[in-house]
Amino acid sequence: MKIALTVNGRPAALDVAPRTTLADCLRHALGLTGTHLACEHGVCGACTVIVDGAAVRGCLTLAVQADGAEVTTVEGLAGDGALTPLQEAFRRHHALQCGFCTAGILTTLHALLTENPDVEACEIREVLSGNICRCTGYIPIVEAALEARAAYRRGGDPAQ
Amino acid sequence: MTDGIGARAKRKEDRRFTTGKGKYTDDIRVENQAYAAFVRCPVAHARINGIDASAALAMEGVIAVHTGPELKADGIGDLIAGWAITSKDGSPMKTGVWSPLVTEYGRYVGDAIAIVVAETQAQARAAAEAVEVDFEELPAVVVADKALEEGAAQVHENVPGNLIYTWELGDEARTDAAMANASHVTELDIVNNRLSPNAMEPRSAVAVYDEAEDHYTLYTTSQNPHVARLVLSAFYNVAPEHKLRVIAPDVGGGFGSKIYIYPEEIACLWASMKTGRSVKWTSERGEAFLTDAHGRDHVTKAKMGFDNEGRIVAFHVDTIANLGAYASLFATVTPTYLYGTLWSGQYDIPAIYGTVRAVHTNTVPVDAYRGAGRPEATYMIERMMEVAAREMRMDPAELRRRNFIREFPYQTQVILAYDSGDFDAILDKAQKAADVAGFPERRAEAEARGKLRGLGYSTFIEACGLAPSAAVGSLGAGVGLWESAEVRVNPVGTVEILTGAHSHGQGHETTFAQLVSDRFGVPIDNVQIVHGDTDKVQFGMGTYGSRSGPVGMSAVMKALDKVEAKAKKIAAHTLEASEDDLVIENGEVKVAGTDRKMGWHEVALAAYTAHNLPEGLEPGLKEGAFFDPVNFSFPSGALICEVEVDPETGVTEVVQFTAADDFGTIINPMIVEGQVHGGVTQGIGQALLERVVYDEDGQLVTGSYMDYCMPRADDVPSYVLDHHSTPSPNNPLGLKGCGEAGAIGAPPAVINAITDAIGTDDLQMPATPMAVWQALAWARSPVAAE
Amino acid sequence: MKLPAFDYACPETLDEATALLAEAGGDAKVIAGGQSLLPFMAFRLAAPSLLVDLRKIAGLDGIEVADGEIRLGAMVRWRDILDSAALARALPLLPAAIGHVAHYQIRNRGTLGGSLAHADPASEFPCIAVLCGASVDVVGAGGHRTIPADELIAGPMETTLEDDEIIVAVRFPRWPEGRRWAFDEFALRHGDLAIAAVAAAYDMDGPHIAHARVAVMGATDTPQRVPPAEDALNGRAPDDDTFGAAAAAASAAIEPTEDLHAGAAYRRALVGTLLRRALAESCAREREAAE
Repeated sequence: MKIALTVNGRPAALDVAPRTTLADCLRHALGLTGTHLACEHGVCGACTVIVDGAAVRGCLTLAVQADGAEVTTVEGLAGDGALTPLQEAFRRHHALQCGFCTAGILTTLHALLTENPDVEACEIREVLSGNICRCTGYIPIVEAALEARAAYRRGGDPAQ
Repeated sequence: MTDGIGARAKRKEDRRFTTGKGKYTDDIRVENQAYAAFVRCPVAHARINGIDASAALAMEGVIAVHTGPELKADGIGDLIAGWAITSKDGSPMKTGVWSPLVTEYGRYVGDAIAIVVAETQAQARAAAEAVEVDFEELPAVVVADKALEEGAAQVHENVPGNLIYTWELGDEARTDAAMANASHVTELDIVNNRLSPNAMEPRSAVAVYDEAEDHYTLYTTSQNPHVARLVLSAFYNVAPEHKLRVIAPDVGGGFGSKIYIYPEEIACLWASMKTGRSVKWTSERGEAFLTDAHGRDHVTKAKMGFDNEGRIVAFHVDTIANLGAYASLFATVTPTYLYGTLWSGQYDIPAIYGTVRAVHTNTVPVDAYRGAGRPEATYMIERMMEVAAREMRMDPAELRRRNFIREFPYQTQVILAYDSGDFDAILDKAQKAADVAGFPERRAEAEARGKLRGLGYSTFIEACGLAPSAAVGSLGAGVGLWESAEVRVNPVGTVEILTGAHSHGQGHETTFAQLVSDRFGVPIDNVQIVHGDTDKVQFGMGTYGSRSGPVGMSAVMKALDKVEAKAKKIAAHTLEASEDDLVIENGEVKVAGTDRKMGWHEVALAAYTAHNLPEGLEPGLKEGAFFDPVNFSFPSGALICEVEVDPETGVTEVVQFTAADDFGTIINPMIVEGQVHGGVTQGIGQALLERVVYDEDGQLVTGSYMDYCMPRADDVPSYVLDHHSTPSPNNPLGLKGCGEAGAIGAPPAVINAITDAIGTDDLQMPATPMAVWQALAWARSPVAAE
Repeated sequence: MKLPAFDYACPETLDEATALLAEAGGDAKVIAGGQSLLPFMAFRLAAPSLLVDLRKIAGLDGIEVADGEIRLGAMVRWRDILDSAALARALPLLPAAIGHVAHYQIRNRGTLGGSLAHADPASEFPCIAVLCGASVDVVGAGGHRTIPADELIAGPMETTLEDDEIIVAVRFPRWPEGRRWAFDEFALRHGDLAIAAVAAAYDMDGPHIAHARVAVMGATDTPQRVPPAEDALNGRAPDDDTFGAAAAAASAAIEPTEDLHAGAAYRRALVGTLLRRALAESCAREREAAE
């Protein structure tokens, strides 16, 4: 089926099979391999992307359902060059090790912090419960998110 | 400004990982790409009578379907166990034959029967479902102790009674005699729950055959690409080593599960040659649960004797270890030399004896998972100590202190000689950081809220940095366990480090660069770490057993020594000074006490221009080294866990977790803390949540993330960490290794805390809410709990 | 975990949608958020030949809090329920329960119509609909009908919907002023499927409880009212003894399910504990509000 969507600010027109998930579409049709697949049954959150402002599971969203949508992937968080404050905070707090779950966690937190830059630690943990990281033990991720709040509070979209 | 040893240097690799630019195996696309899917055994034990691929072959896009006999006819070898264990009667171990694609029998749900190659992944998978396997289901055995029972189903004809070996360690007569004279004996039945490692990146392989060169390339999710090449070449006959390149690009976690060479890689390589196509396979999560090596799965009866002052006089162990359907690469050594050799723990135990019976069952092969044998030993010893203290009405920390080893090196009764440690100091630090003195007050306060609060210890030691080649060779290892490194200084002074260690989350690109920065004052951004490619790095043993620091970095240090010596020769010649008077500081080579100096880049350039070298000195600045340690390294730690249990629901909350570790020298504290956090979290996962369950027919029940429960962000507490360093005398940096400590030490601390809270020791892992609720109910009224 | 192949349609009217479903004769499935259906398909527990997507059909996504009733369109997402200030005032039990639904990303897409049609015994929305006596409006090729929520749920993962019927809205009766409510859920980890959960609502008739409703989910094969627990509440004072008696009645009355994570005895005990605690909290909330 033919679909047209905007990915990281660029329009994309594609022909996909209905069974293609948004995550597979991004990875294979658009070569955006930063979005990872680890469980493909909606638990681990590695495939999280932002669709029309909302963080969603890329493995539980069909590409055809994203027809007409604005999609942001991990590749779209930082502009060319510098890391975003959230990405920098991940680095500073050692909030990633193998890096495989990281894309989904960054997109999740970016959506969350954009919605609510004053979010508290307990809610960050609750939201992060939709993502599995096998390396870090999560604490540095929560710390990084807390630190990044300031940049989101300053207004605008710090990811752009 | 350099990021030397001890600096909290931010990781170089984070830039690509946080921007989605990492390159993992499934991200790789090559020319002429086709996709593989596997036909798998749907039952736990079956005789394969025939395979009909005609319907599959007729499907759109299907290129080929290949089966086990075809691989066999082409000389592809069977999978090997890398370590030969001898039974106590002197007989060699008996293991079943593991063919990459089975020929006659399927022996676990997921056993690979055929490979399907098609134009797309979807076509390959659809065709795999269409391959008809005519099979006859046979009786299966799933549980370790049941495998040894009279009349149990036989997994392999050549392994009577499913018994792979009965291994023994220690002095039986002396242990029995000491036990008979003990004034107190603690006995405990212990189950170490079967786990699935669950690296977040599923296994993947891309096999590329180049007919023109008769050469193979394998991109794969490996912790040790050189070992993979060696084994694929020497034992599986896929291709000779010089015709096989193995590349492990970014790898998304391993935890042991990516050490092994699995049937899928073998079949993809062979199929690539057979079909003339590049063949790519990526595991689905369900497939990963069925086929990635599991971990642990021990059933143990242990007995510890004490004198009337609480000193251990004897320790007796009887373990059955479930190795699954086949003996995987490290499977036979994990429950023997990585387990029994740690039976002394941190304690001076004069008499130890134990046996381990390893068995085959109709389950996926079990192999080394983060800690590998050492968590099983630690869990057993540390549960024994806590239970013994309770039985003898002693403070559990005091009981430990009465038995601590205090002189090093210390020769245990079970082979190992501990290098260094200060167990009192780490326990002191842990107790202080955990405010053990304030625990009674916290317990009372919790009680007022209706919660049961408990505190549990774990004082552990482990053997890391796998290790002296001669020693492991004498114990049955098929390989040496040294590491290699090469240091290439470029003419502009930038540096490349080639290492046989492999990073899959450990941050080598940063920490290995810190060694160079520390030595030559080169910024870490000017140091490139090259690893994971057999064409670039000559050889290496890979990363597992917390060996990248103690062994891998030591090899780098040796090579750096050589580079430094040569650089000083060149600089001394140019500066007309004696080598002995030169110092390297802040990126400059200086004549001590003068203002004469050369920039590091000038020395490098001089080495390559070779216009003015000392007589007889070769141009260039590149040195290699191999490091083979004289002993393991022995990290140790004291962990203290505090939990609160809701007696009505059985829910355990870990409210405080303290870890004081001795890792020897620390290169990058930030990364070490990350390893501890991750390890402890996996340990808490084992203690509270994780278990692999097969039903009695051998069907995997916990085959998804809904049923196999790993800790999530709201399941773990914040951790309090501390360190006390006694550097290892056995490597140039004094490193001990830190990757596994948390997973090794944490489970008993958690269970000791819960059992302290609920007042009964009748509890096995995982201590799920229902298990805790049942233990409480049973303790209160055995009848009502029925 | 890749999905099986299927055809996909994205009609713009209910008539088109029901016609497509009728034509497929049971081989088609409706997709809304897909957060339950797609995992089911990934596990091959469902393999429909056609998915009919509701996303372009107008009028399915509103939350209307009117005088007589609250109308929620079938495409209302969990996120919308949690964000609705009007719902928080008019039916606070609902957002309290929906806060337990899965995870952030799932709540951004999952819909209440999908949840009802999926009829997972561990799902929160069907339980609240049953407890509150909600009515479910459905449209089929033959026309409209309204089904009481408890009659919609036929069993675990089973409804009384016809193959061509689509849920379009759920209507909750407005609550009287001062109605108290209770909800508590137990899962192995936050966001996992409920092992047991309880919901309750009651009015105060002077010092006594009246119109009590108690429902259980997760512990039983369908979300269901528990009349013995309701009887134990009605006409009594809202105190520990009453709540204890209701909890014991609920524990005794249910027929718990068993699975890998929880046995029947454990679920029975959990239901009692959860109900007692949730009811106590319903009073504490009242006291707090009064202060």
